[in-house]
Amino acid sequence: MTALLKHPGYDEEKLRRVAEQLPCREVQAGLLLSLMGEPQQYSYPSIFIYGHRASGKSHVLHVLLKELELHHATVSCVECVSVALLFEQVLLSFFGCDAASLLPHSPSLSDFVRIYRQQRSQSPAKQTRYIVMEKAELLRDSDANLLPALLRLQELVEDNVTVILLSEIVWDKFRPNTGCFEPLLLHFPDYSKGELQQILSQDRHPSYSAEFYSSYINILLGVFYSVCRDLRELQHLAALNFSKFCEPLEEGKVKETDTHKLWRNIEPHLKKAMQTVYLREVSSLQWEQMQLMEEKEAGALRGLSAHTHVELPFYSKFLLIAAYLASYNPARTDKRFFLKHHGKIRKTNFLKKNEKTSNHLLGPKPFPLDRLLAIFYSVVDSRVAPTASIFSQISSLVTLQLLTQVSHDDQLDAPKYKCAVSLDFICAISRTVNFDIVKYLYDFL
Amino acid sequence: MSKRKVKDVHRPIGECITQVCINLFSCSFDFQTHNSLHLLELLRRSAIQGESNSVLIVGPRGAGKTMLLQCVLRDLLQEKEAQKNLLQVHLNGLLQTDDRIALKEITRQLNLENVVGDKVFVSVQTEYYEQILENKTAEKSPGDRSSSRPVLFVLDEFDLFAHHKNQTLLYNLFDVSQSAQTPIAVVGVTCRLDVLELLEKRVKSRFSHRQIHLLSSFGFSEYLQTVRTQLSLPDDFPDRGFAQDWNSSVQTLCEDKSVEEALQRHFNSSKDFRSLHMLLMLCLSRLSVSKPSIKPADLLDASRLCLCDAKANMLHGLSILELCLIIAMKHLNDVYEGEPFNLQMVHNEFKKFLQRKSNSMYNFEQPVVMKAFEHLQQLELIRPVDGSSAKTQREFQLMRLMLDHSQIMEALQKYPQCPTDVKQWAMSAFG
Repeated sequence: MTALLKHPGYDEEKLRRVAEQLPCREVQAGLLLSLMGEPQQYSYPSIFIYGHRASGKSHVLHVLLKELELHHATVSCVECVSVALLFEQVLLSFFGCDAASLLPHSPSLSDFVRIYRQQRSQSPAKQTRYIVMEKAELLRDSDANLLPALLRLQELVEDNVTVILLSEIVWDKFRPNTGCFEPLLLHFPDYSKGELQQILSQDRHPSYSAEFYSSYINILLGVFYSVCRDLRELQHLAALNFSKFCEPLEEGKVKETDTHKLWRNIEPHLKKAMQTVYLREVSSLQWEQMQLMEEKEAGALRGLSAHTHVELPFYSKFLLIAAYLASYNPARTDKRFFLKHHGKIRKTNFLKKNEKTSNHLLGPKPFPLDRLLAIFYSVVDSRVAPTASIFSQISSLVTLQLLTQVSHDDQLDAPKYKCAVSLDFICAISRTVNFDIVKYLYDFL
Repeated sequence: MSKRKVKDVHRPIGECITQVCINLFSCSFDFQTHNSLHLLELLRRSAIQGESNSVLIVGPRGAGKTMLLQCVLRDLLQEKEAQKNLLQVHLNGLLQTDDRIALKEITRQLNLENVVGDKVFVSVQTEYYEQILENKTAEKSPGDRSSSRPVLFVLDEFDLFAHHKNQTLLYNLFDVSQSAQTPIAVVGVTCRLDVLELLEKRVKSRFSHRQIHLLSSFGFSEYLQTVRTQLSLPDDFPDRGFAQDWNSSVQTLCEDKSVEEALQRHFNSSKDFRSLHMLLMLCLSRLSVSKPSIKPADLLDASRLCLCDAKANMLHGLSILELCLIIAMKHLNDVYEGEPFNLQMVHNEFKKFLQRKSNSMYNFEQPVVMKAFEHLQQLELIRPVDGSSAKTQREFQLMRLMLDHSQIMEALQKYPQCPTDVKQWAMSAFG
């Protein structure tokens, strides 16, 4: 494991500490280090590092820059909602707060470069300065000039500075249409199953043996590996479920070496965790509490998505039902469903539908207000007057996001809507008003 | 080989990253010397004889436009008279994004802040420019020279200046160069070949239509020659013996067949020197005390690193569920000929596969599938057809696959421990 990083110009002891903190990332760290060169050498103007989430991009850079005590500024593009914050942060960490206070009220790139040059001439760089931009994909949404300028910052400020961009997204999606200075692309590959096992096994519980913990990790990976390769998520799940895994051991039912029994105990539990904790249906705290309560079955607690029941007024329920029917039934079938004397429609003709284009596959279709009201009057048994309250209920359904208005161009005259609720939801609603909605749905005939 | 000598190699490595090209490029090609002579003559006439000129340097990215300009300026400034006279203003389209900022920058670079003071010239800008230039002249004129000092304007990323409102800056600069007494030279540097089409008619008519095109018109043998000269150590290297060893090792490197093939591949994909620099930089970074010369294997490794497909790399790290979804999308694309799809359709397709295979191993719930689907969207491997994401439900939002058929198949081949039934499913023509 300790294939030591070697590079002239850096302290051996520090490099050893770096290598210890970067399991399974020696190759990438070594490559980065060799690209950085010795501290006083010029490095490549911009480096773009991409890789999956939790593949150690920030961690490797952080450890390298921190342990080797290199001059650097780490900027998260999520935090920097305006370029002013970005500039301030960079100047602050390179030249102290005096330089940052020189920035005018709403600084442009030109101001930043001017102040940078000023400061640089006062305190010239003896070492390469690094600017690390995390979540660099957000740079694309800000000012169009920002990304190309950052990529050639070394040339613009005439200083020994290197910009390192970190992102999950490949470089091809970044390139501006008139081109730019191409950064050096580095890929951080995903951890393989063995590497995940090795890293996860590191934070074992001190009161249990290493083999015991690594067999637990093995089982955990067996369940989750096909769905999730995110190291952080796996670490979280491992920490959450470990107490359940140890349970039979503490009760004295099995020995540490009896892996099969332990597996039998934990596997259904982990499968349940995938449907609950992994999807954040149940919070981690609730999950831990559930594990403590023996008698209560895990998952019996209602998760977030179980709270779909919404209490609505009577007419609003019918309006929503009518909207659902209007969205998922084609308009030509309305006559058949909602008219008492609809004349003769040949059944074969009516039922001739295209199997491929089921509406529950394609999603809701937009419908005009007239059609909604017509269906509403026919599904509500009693006579309803088209009062202002009915119309205000429609617009309040829109604000509740149970309906969505499709076209914005016409607010009053003939607006179009779409129904934005799921089948389960509408079935629950129609059950409360004793309406059998499935009978009226074209897809389920 | 002593350690000191090897350390000596390292110093140029660090410098070559940005500065290696300074003395190598401008003289190594005939076409560039021709261009540089042309430009030098032009600028000298401005600097010394007081002509007003304007010129555009056009060429693709990495073709040495800035390098050419820098060399010419360096040569020009070696002449005493030019050095004494010439004022320089460097503007960059990336930094000076509008005319107000550009004006400030011009004032600053001409050291006129104290002269102009708080006076605001908004209404008639041409007068402002003339005033600025006059001021500069006035500052000087109490002396012996009656004529004014020439100013050289260098506009980097010239095409971005053409996007300013009304192109006021360009109009004024060209207008001053056409009419006023103050001699100015305007040099625009751009990578757009159609840059003249961007200019307004009145601006275009004031431009002298002098263009210098830097198109890289050289063959592979010259390319190989450049690689050699780029890598070679100069004669004034402190350790003569090491420099000779190094240069001969570079010579043998360039004669290697496999190296030549790799370089040919790079040459075929692009001729610009920046990509070549990136390659050489990656090679040079592998040098160490124990390995003081470049081996062919280093160059091949670096070449592989440069040419690898980024999307294939990302596909390699997907989970098996996400890969299955991508295969389902591929089938949908094949069947419906590139129509957009939503999550429901993809899941439906995936369920059909599971039913046929009757392998309950991948029987995931809808929310788990949705999480995988959203991860794919975050990676921008799929993209919504219309940007408005809040309007429709997540499972019915129409998406498009941003991957190629061949990319998927290749990724599938490289995927570690790919289950056989998934592979077969991907191969089968009918989902």
